[in-house]
Amino acid sequence: MAGIDIVPMYFNDRDEMLRRLGSSLEREFRTMVRYRNPWFDPELSFDSSRGQYRASHILKALLNDPHEELAERILGVAGVDLFTPVLTYVFGEAQLGGRAAVVSSHRLRNEVYGLPANETLLFERLRKEAVHELGHTYGLLHCPSPRCVMRASSYAEEIELKEERFCEGCRSIVTAGGVAPARR
Amino acid sequence: MALRAREAAAPQDLGGVLIVDDEFSMRDSLVHWFEKDGYRTGSAQDGREALRRLEEEPWDAVLLDIKMPGMDGLELQRRIREVDPELPIIMITAFASVDSAVQALKEGAFDYVTKPVDPDQLSRVVRLAVERHRLRQENSQLRRKVDQLSTPTTIIGASGTMSKVLELVKSVAETDATVLIRGESGTGKELIAQTIHANSRRRYFPIVPVNCGAVPESLLESELFGHERGAFTGAQYRRKGKLEMADGGTLFLDEVGTIGPAMQVNLLRVLETKEFARLGGTKPVRVDFRVICATNQDLEQQVKDGTFREDLYFRLNVVAISLPPLRERREDIPPLAHHLLGKYAQEMNRPFTGFEPAAMDLLVRHDWPGNVRELANAVERALVVGRAPTVRVEDLPVRLKEMHDSPVGDSLADVEQAQIRLILERTGGNVTRAAEVLQIDRVTLYNKIKKYNLRP
Repeated sequence: MAGIDIVPMYFNDRDEMLRRLGSSLEREFRTMVRYRNPWFDPELSFDSSRGQYRASHILKALLNDPHEELAERILGVAGVDLFTPVLTYVFGEAQLGGRAAVVSSHRLRNEVYGLPANETLLFERLRKEAVHELGHTYGLLHCPSPRCVMRASSYAEEIELKEERFCEGCRSIVTAGGVAPARR
Repeated sequence: MALRAREAAAPQDLGGVLIVDDEFSMRDSLVHWFEKDGYRTGSAQDGREALRRLEEEPWDAVLLDIKMPGMDGLELQRRIREVDPELPIIMITAFASVDSAVQALKEGAFDYVTKPVDPDQLSRVVRLAVERHRLRQENSQLRRKVDQLSTPTTIIGASGTMSKVLELVKSVAETDATVLIRGESGTGKELIAQTIHANSRRRYFPIVPVNCGAVPESLLESELFGHERGAFTGAQYRRKGKLEMADGGTLFLDEVGTIGPAMQVNLLRVLETKEFARLGGTKPVRVDFRVICATNQDLEQQVKDGTFREDLYFRLNVVAISLPPLRERREDIPPLAHHLLGKYAQEMNRPFTGFEPAAMDLLVRHDWPGNVRELANAVERALVVGRAPTVRVEDLPVRLKEMHDSPVGDSLADVEQAQIRLILERTGGNVTRAAEVLQIDRVTLYNKIKKYNLRP
């Protein structure tokens, strides 16, 4: 079926934020959103030596979906810190031109940087990064346009510089259904 | 899901990044990371595979794990640098191997990152490495282009005299000495000047020619020094002179012997101080150029006559190169003629391949008062009027043949035969016209053509 499955992990007590995120994605991708509990144990992705969760493991688990009616795309929303082997952290990870993406709210929180909590800011950052990671599943690369949501952001503050929308070029690719991933 | 080809949305080519790591998870996460940044990515799990991939396609940066089984990162770096010393290599190290990373830097690595690395740092380091590689490549491409553009036409000269000239040209090119090139008109003085410039350290700057004989004395000053706005009637804008244009490069003063006395004084001052003011201006302009000048006049005689300043003569005559006239190096004529034939045949798209022996013989025997320029004109003309694939005697200019078509003997019959042949050639074989020129009737001419076995 068409649509996006949202799978929360360690995202307790934030149902309201999750609903708002879903509505936002429905508008941006003009599709339906379904909320599902994880069908795997996210704890298996935990790396004790780093104290973080391995993003690629979560993606693999998301793709191993037992549902009879698979959604077109699947987005894990994690409240824990994600990493890839070579990087200290990632805000999210996605299959380029694929089906699955995962986004973490952990480093989007002001408290991580010793600042007072700000739920509004957290939601704005989270929805931008969720749209960004889902954009990669449409085959979109990082965009040089400073306002486009596909602009790469390495720091939380950088996320605020971009908008929650695609630029015209990226939007046209999403509307067309995406691009195939390049061979390598 | 409807998928379109990536090419449809291909962003600008950001460059290629090759990732070399024995650990799949490392390779995989790096490939994904750089792919999303828009780089062309590739990966190799060991040194051998990396070297193969480097041979297969061009890369702009290599990310190299310092610790790998078999050929380690340091060894692989050495091998890569043997093949492509310009390719930036970024070492990936663990905390424990920072010493090796320092060693890698000493051996020319672009930078190193310690894993796990901050996403921002990784992107920045790779972006800088790719940019540097691309700039260097662009730079060397531009240099090659400049070399091609500034390298003048080949100088052909196998003769002893010309070989000595070329040796002198080569040795003087590397210095900054002022050169005085002497030689008859058409001997290639400007070509020698261009060759000296193209082989000098100033070759990436312009060579600015000034034909002193062609510019009226009254305009030469403004031509050389430039002028400020309003310096004279009609000077609506400030204009740079040739001296300023030659800054960093070479000023080629052709026909330097024609410069008038007033200008000689100004020129001498500039050559000594490398400083001047534009016409109508007071602000001194500093310039750095090398001077090469040329003349076909007898400067020594002009100095004796008092028409050329002795101090300027000595200032210009630091290294003198004398170009021999073509008649004094006849052995150079065949290779020169063949070179010119090939050049013009290509330019004019005419399928000529060589010269008839008689035609070449004529070229070698001719005295060529106009030197190489005259020879070039003769060959060019032959390619226009002649029939491919070989240049024949009749394709060469009439004057050339007249000077050498001497009768074979001294008898009246020999002279008559030669004269009839010459006039027939001049009239393009028109017997009526030839009879008129020879002032004999047509029938008599036919009889003589038959008698001497000439073909009209």
